[in-house]
Amino acid sequence: MLSIDALSKTYADGVVALEKLSLTVGDGEIVALVGGSGCGKTTLLRLIAGLDTASAGQIRLDDQRINEPSANIGVIFQEPRLFPIEDNVAFGLNHLSAFEREGLVANALTRVGLSGHGGRWPRELSGGQQQRAAIARALVTRPRLLIMDEPFSALDPTTRASLHRHLLSLWDESRPTMLLVTHDVEEAVTLADRIIVMQPNPGRVFETFANPLARPRVRLGSGFETLSRQILTSLDHSLKPGRPQAAPAGTADAAWW
Amino acid sequence: MSLLATETESTAVNRPAAGKAGEGKPGLSIGWIAGFALPVLVAALWEAVVWAGLANGRLLPPPSRIGATLWELARSGELAMHAAATLWRVAAGFALGAVVGTALGAISGASELMRRLMDPTLQALRAIPSIAWVPLFILWLGIFEASKVALIAVGVFFPVYLGVAAALAGIDRKIIEVGRVFRLGRIAMIRRVTLPAILPAWLTALRTGLGLGFMFVVAAEFMGASEGLGYLLVDGQQLGRPDRILAAIIAFAVLGKLADGLLVFVTRPLLSWQDVSRNRM
Repeated sequence: MLSIDALSKTYADGVVALEKLSLTVGDGEIVALVGGSGCGKTTLLRLIAGLDTASAGQIRLDDQRINEPSANIGVIFQEPRLFPIEDNVAFGLNHLSAFEREGLVANALTRVGLSGHGGRWPRELSGGQQQRAAIARALVTRPRLLIMDEPFSALDPTTRASLHRHLLSLWDESRPTMLLVTHDVEEAVTLADRIIVMQPNPGRVFETFANPLARPRVRLGSGFETLSRQILTSLDHSLKPGRPQAAPAGTADAAWW
Repeated sequence: MSLLATETESTAVNRPAAGKAGEGKPGLSIGWIAGFALPVLVAALWEAVVWAGLANGRLLPPPSRIGATLWELARSGELAMHAAATLWRVAAGFALGAVVGTALGAISGASELMRRLMDPTLQALRAIPSIAWVPLFILWLGIFEASKVALIAVGVFFPVYLGVAAALAGIDRKIIEVGRVFRLGRIAMIRRVTLPAILPAWLTALRTGLGLGFMFVVAAEFMGASEGLGYLLVDGQQLGRPDRILAAIIAFAVLGKLADGLLVFVTRPLLSWQDVSRNRM
């Protein structure tokens, strides 16, 4: 279980990115964070990944305090961040023998639909394939927590939908806890069990939505659309002065982004 | 799982390779011809002017006379001897300057404290004209090879130092973070993240350094050399033989270009991963 307790982050220039944010994500749960610019979503992910240090508060994964990158936490970044080397997927497997590494990498590439592409350079892959390679790289170490910072935002809708299905099928194999940052409300509703709307200045939890829809989720269904509208309305309210906590349903407004 | 790959994605795989195979070759051959066109045209024009008696070609000999001098130098073995001496000096100076430049550039680029300590001094030294070092190097290292190699090494050092330091300081934070996420150790981080990231800039710096090495070897061979293409230049001046001077200049140009081409050829495989619009340096 991931538990975040009264987490605050103030940068050197005085900007308060997060203030006393508390959050719990259960084992195997998929949680999406949505919010306007400057609400601290990416800061929160960086703190959980151990790439940055909190000003106050703490993060625990299965009662282990997180202060630095951990083998139990996988990260998928907004852009694939692939390297000019062929063994991107083997990046986190240095401690294994070459034989074990090769087996795991081949299996991971097959699982993400990139079987036979191991010898290709990143430039020879499409955007979707590059992000698949990044997913394989993050999952090959079998992390208990997978955090994703807008991993599909640069992809076209068809590729994105394909990767959503793909990610869910991979998640279903070992059910890691997943925390996803996205600007796409439909993506959040498609993937997450719980959607957390964050408010900016400083970053805090504004409202939380449980997702009751069964998988696979059909975007054209009325339940999907209703939940999406509620989240959009909440997002809109999270950005307005005064910030009412209760978001009236059915008054969707996409102006938040 | 692979069934989930969309057609858009799978077709994209072959696009870059197909593009590379189909493009480039005609443009390359036209580029080669275009590159030769201007000097050949100018040479032919000057040859015709001297042949027609419109100029005597004493101070600027026609290409045929320069060619004859080059042939004579080559036939007698003089050209090979001078070229070998120059190449040895450039190679030794380049190796020394590149190694020291890379090492100090790496230290300066990796540590802010070291950069603050070293960089101002090195930048001040960089501003000193190369020729100003000559008397000092002769005093310190003597008139023979050591002082010449040292001067060339100074020329090579600065672009390599600057290139490596700037490349290290400018590595994309994002790829460093990937290394941190996977908890790479110091050596693994250097081998798998840092080196590939700075490789293009480092190779460019080496090429610049090599070019400067060929410039500095002239100054080095002006200081009391008895062989080398720089000596051939001085010899041509003292004998009043502009054809010899121009033959030496042409030999410098050919050697410099060949050395640069060799460096590009040897290092090209290291950059084959680059996603750039033009796959040539």
